[in-house]
Amino acid sequence: MPADTTVRTTSATKSRPASSAAPGVRRRRPRAKKALRGVIAWVIALIVFFPIAWLLLTAFKPSAETFSSGWPKDWTLENIRYVLTEIDIKRYLLNSAIVSVVVTVLALLFHSMAAYALARLRFRGSGFAFGAIVSTMLVSLPVILVPLFLIVRELGMLNSYAGLIVPAIFNAFGIFLLRQYYLNVPKELEDAAELDGCGYPGLYWHVILPLSRPALASLSVLFFLANWNAFLWPLVTTSDPDLAVIQVGMASLQGQYATAYNYVLAAALIAVIPTILVFLIGQRWLVDSMKTSGLK
Amino acid sequence: MATITSSDATPVAPSREGLGSRRRRRENLAGWLFLAPDAIGLLLFVAIPMVLALGIALFEVDSFGHYDFIGLDNFQRMFGDPMLWSSIWVTVKYVVLFVPLSFVAGLGLALLVRDYFPGVAIVRTLLFLPNAVSLVVVGLLWQFLLVDKQGVLSKAGDKVGLDGISWLGDPKYALISYVLISVWFTMGYQMLLFMAGLKDINPEYLDAAKIDGATPWQRFRHVIWPLLQPTSFFVLITSLVASVTGLQAFDLVFVLTKGGPDNRTSTVVFYVYQQAFTFGHYGYAAAITVILVAFLMLVTGLLFRFTKGGRFHAG
Repeated sequence: MPADTTVRTTSATKSRPASSAAPGVRRRRPRAKKALRGVIAWVIALIVFFPIAWLLLTAFKPSAETFSSGWPKDWTLENIRYVLTEIDIKRYLLNSAIVSVVVTVLALLFHSMAAYALARLRFRGSGFAFGAIVSTMLVSLPVILVPLFLIVRELGMLNSYAGLIVPAIFNAFGIFLLRQYYLNVPKELEDAAELDGCGYPGLYWHVILPLSRPALASLSVLFFLANWNAFLWPLVTTSDPDLAVIQVGMASLQGQYATAYNYVLAAALIAVIPTILVFLIGQRWLVDSMKTSGLK
Repeated sequence: MATITSSDATPVAPSREGLGSRRRRRENLAGWLFLAPDAIGLLLFVAIPMVLALGIALFEVDSFGHYDFIGLDNFQRMFGDPMLWSSIWVTVKYVVLFVPLSFVAGLGLALLVRDYFPGVAIVRTLLFLPNAVSLVVVGLLWQFLLVDKQGVLSKAGDKVGLDGISWLGDPKYALISYVLISVWFTMGYQMLLFMAGLKDINPEYLDAAKIDGATPWQRFRHVIWPLLQPTSFFVLITSLVASVTGLQAFDLVFVLTKGGPDNRTSTVVFYVYQQAFTFGHYGYAAAITVILVAFLMLVTGLLFRFTKGGRFHAG
């Protein structure tokens, strides 16, 4: 995000005609006002961040200090150790990792294939197919929860990894985004490969897929986060504790450790670490894809 | 590919026609094969469930998979279900509070952090961070912050004259707490959308207004606001849909209050979940969803008409 912005501002300034008085006006803007804006923004950001900071601190406080304000007097890893050893949280993390990674990989594969077909191939019914796919973008999970559950039950996929993974793969947003991206790939690249005797699978695999790495990267961040954070579907489709994903596992701790917030928060911290890591690493791509999703 | 069409091949070179149509057949086949996995998946796990909801609504379904056709009974039942009406009322109040609040917060933050100042990137990240955290963690975390008399925010409230308020336990305050937590969670995302919208505004317009002596408020009112309409419309629709049928209407309620106290935070989506998965009334739950979706489509359609898709011209 940072680089992105700086570039944006400077290029905007440069693109202005030299005769325009605008740059001068901008420079004359009172410095104090700008500084004030920065200070306000920082204060708000810190207030917004406060709950998360508090989570970080509390996870390292001994249980006696859970509700005490301020810095931990005795830093302790006891909460983390307890959660890792006394609760099956490693199992939850593993389940979440399996589901999130498998869904992300399969979704990227299928969506890029579909997007390749819709953007680069001309076939009968492609317009209809695209329209139908886009119209499913309006459907959110709570809306189809009950019938989806009944279908998955009929398919015998309740309480299985398949039930957790398969229905989570398909979403039109990914297809839509990749298709937009593929529409802008120059035709000449495909033509050249075709002359070399490449078929459609070869074109997809050797030309389109390598070119779409940035788009795939942003979607993978988005899909991973969405699946790591998913709660409702895993909650209804699994009742076997061995299949609990981290979000469901945490929610179940809530009842068991109703007052032992130090453990609950230590578990929450562990659950949040992958999210924050993926977010910080993939932030730039994620932001790009979100902007695209907002602007269409 | 584009050069070979059926017309250019017909009379002159029969051999090329064969090549062209074989090629077209191949492209047709390839197209559908590439599309197949997603097409089948979306059909089976999105489109069919959507249509099926209507069908299931006409049945009494029990947990063992028996389906009894009961016609419109499920729809009739809604009229005499006070819990449903209460959850609709909760949802309406939630939407009326959440949508404008998060809109203003998102737009305000975007205006605040759109220009450079030291640390702007960190500030943006911090503002967006809540959105990357799961709603389950958000729920647990805020529960902890708001524990009666002990949570750090409850204690802070005591100091500023809001003594002894049970933010999540008192029916008077539970919904507003839920709204504010939702705003905390969502506003960073809306900020990003608004930032993208602001970026698309030609800076020359703003500079021109500045030269004409427009105050910041006038610049916002007459330049930024009208040009931001498409983004505003998008934010409005998505946050409306999210607050009625989105995950925040379920996940957060489930973790934060389980619909309580006194059902004051039981949203329609949460009620649907309870009917289906706590009481096993799948048909009735599906019927409620059908009405909910019909209502959402109506509201979205009306909004679309009113604002001409958000692309109306100002003044």
